[in-house]
Amino acid sequence: MRKILVTLKRVVDYNVRVRVKPDGSGVAVEGLKMSVNPFDEIALEEALRMRERGEAGEILAVTIGGDECQQQLRTGLAMGADRALLVKCEGEVEPLAAAGILLEVIRREEPDIVIMGKQAIDDDCNQTGQMLATLWGRPQATFASEVKLNGDTARVTREVDAGLETLEVRLPAVITTDLRLNEPRYIKLPDIMKARRKPLETLEADDMGLTAPPALKALAYEPPEQRQKGVVVEDVPALMGMLRERGFLN
Amino acid sequence: MSAVLIVAEHDGQTLHTGVARVASCGLAIGADRLDVAVLGRDCGDVAQQAAQIEGVSRVLCLDRGENANPLAAVQAPQIAALAGIGYSHVLGPSTTFGKDLMPRVAALLGVPQVSDIMSVEGERRFKRPIYAGNAVLTVEAPAEHIVVGTARLASWPAAAEGGEAAIEEAQTDAELPDHTSWLELKSAESERPDLQSASVVVSGGRALGSSENFSLLYDLADRLGAAVGASRAAVDAGYVSNDMQVGQTGKIIAPDLYFAIGISGAIQHLTGIKDAGVIVAINKDPEAPIFEIADIGLVGDLFAIVPEIQAAVEGS
Ligand SMILES: Cc1cc2nc3c(=O)[nH]c(=O)nc-3n(C[C@@H](O)[C@H](O)[C@H](O)COP(=O)(O)OP(=O)(O)OC[C@H]3O[C@@H](n4cnc5c(N)ncnc54)[C@H](O)[C@@H]3O)c2cc1C
Ligand SMILES: Cc1cc2nc3c(=O)[nH]c(=O)nc-3n(C[C@H](O)[C@H](O)[C@H](O)COP(=O)(O)OP(=O)(O)OC[C@H]3O[C@@H](n4cnc5c(N)ncnc54)[C@H](O)[C@@H]3O)c2cc1C
Repeated sequence: MRKILVTLKRVVDYNVRVRVKPDGSGVAVEGLKMSVNPFDEIALEEALRMRERGEAGEILAVTIGGDECQQQLRTGLAMGADRALLVKCEGEVEPLAAAGILLEVIRREEPDIVIMGKQAIDDDCNQTGQMLATLWGRPQATFASEVKLNGDTARVTREVDAGLETLEVRLPAVITTDLRLNEPRYIKLPDIMKARRKPLETLEADDMGLTAPPALKALAYEPPEQRQKGVVVEDVPALMGMLRERGFLN
Repeated sequence: MSAVLIVAEHDGQTLHTGVARVASCGLAIGADRLDVAVLGRDCGDVAQQAAQIEGVSRVLCLDRGENANPLAAVQAPQIAALAGIGYSHVLGPSTTFGKDLMPRVAALLGVPQVSDIMSVEGERRFKRPIYAGNAVLTVEAPAEHIVVGTARLASWPAAAEGGEAAIEEAQTDAELPDHTSWLELKSAESERPDLQSASVVVSGGRALGSSENFSLLYDLADRLGAAVGASRAAVDAGYVSNDMQVGQTGKIIAPDLYFAIGISGAIQHLTGIKDAGVIVAINKDPEAPIFEIADIGLVGDLFAIVPEIQAAVEGS
């Protein structure tokens, strides 16, 4: 049976509007509601559906971060993952470093499919899955909106700028999710109770014997330039007048 | 001294309009040499178009069968090999093509990637948006390593035409994987201008209610020579195809004039239109967040207002 590894990243909930700290040293995230990255929930949902269709066996949820990330792993277990693994790591983990750590996890776990979010909604990097696939020497199918498994291949439809592209990749492979792949299930209370008894293992990133890759340095954070609130016009003629004034529709 | 290599996006015949924007980003880095790599099969036309971008020094053609369709796993080793011959920066567009490909190039080169470069502050210093554009981060790429990045197209003007760069055949001995096959691309056929480069865009949201009702917007767009976009809710509901989605996880655009019609103005949507010239919002809810950033707002029922605009445009 295919084994699936899913990554879950802890991020500020997508409904929360973050602000830059006044001194520009970072983004104020203390005390904000934290959630599983929405694209990662979609990744886990896809894995669960594969298992329900009899296409997959064990599902392992992995996150890299501090102890507080256990919360997101518990969410993953409640959704239906069988096991969870927290790779403990203090400070920032950039995509290349995250990919290096995940590769080490892959060596231990030997999954057939890795499903990840296409981007984390905090840093919006959109890199980790592609970097992992590269370090692993395996194919990638990013921005997936449909995945069909067939023997040792996956046929993946991808949301690209020009429309929908279909690739076939040999497994093992990395798949990253787009929003329309599925709609994640809601967690029910009994699932949360059950999740408490599921195994959650912890590893120290420092014990993995990895050397940190070169990294970007964050120099300053600033709020984006704000657009000024404009005017509200009464009717269509007024709208047309303003547009003409500004040189449009002439 | 910087030497910048730009990876060209194209469909086999036409160079993507974003390449000239990436060239502006490359020029802002202060490139002494700005080369464009065109990977494809029989892509002489594309190379010609790239050669006309002002500021480009050379166009490198990697013409081979494996490059017939753009596969990141196949292109990345070739670009990484090219990058190794004296480039300080490798840049791609922040489109689905570039987002798929460039992290693979970065991983092969063992360096981090700077995603969505919106401005250049120094040879290795860039600004990029995070948190759906709610914050702007200045980052510095590590010294003595090649810089890999994607340029946020809406932040860069297209470099002018009129260049006459030399076109050269290039070869690499990169080993190419065969674990990925390209099967097909389904594009919604459209005669309308391209969403990412159109100067006027008419977008509709959930309020349109059906794909039939979107014809209201198509009619208006055709009259205005505009492209049509949509919110995620409209795409999810199946009113329009995915390639029309504007926003954090769709297209980031910067038209001169943007109509948001029946769109509430969720932060993820606004991320996609921050750089638009004039934003016009039409919404029946005067409290809708879209009015916070719209230059011109009109409160009312779109099904009454849009036909009225159509009539006014036709009357003029
Ligand atoms: C210069 C710089 C400064 C930073 N400063 C800060 C800071 O001050 N505070 C702060 O909190 N963060 C900071 N970060 C965030 C950084 O640590 C990000 O977590 C990292 O860059 C990953 O980016 P991403 O999540 O956008 O990757 P993406 O490539 O967008 O992520 C794609 C997918 O990869 C997986 N993934 C990525 N990371 C993890 C993870 N840790 N665990 C599990 N799955 C994962 C998820 O499935 C995710 O959907 C900084 C990053 C950079 C580059
Ligand atoms: C991770 C993530 C990524 C996302 N990425 C994107 C993205 O890239 N792009 C995007 O657009 N969204 C994105 N979203 C979704 C976003 O949060 C909103 O849900 C979405 O933009 C809402 O679309 P809407 O404005 O069409 O619908 P609604 O929010 O339902 O708004 C409809 C509006 O129409 C108005 N209305 C109704 N009837 C009429 C009428 N007859 N006349 C005039 N006005 C009327 C209503 O007052 C309302 O304001 C993302 C969400 C998540 C979680």
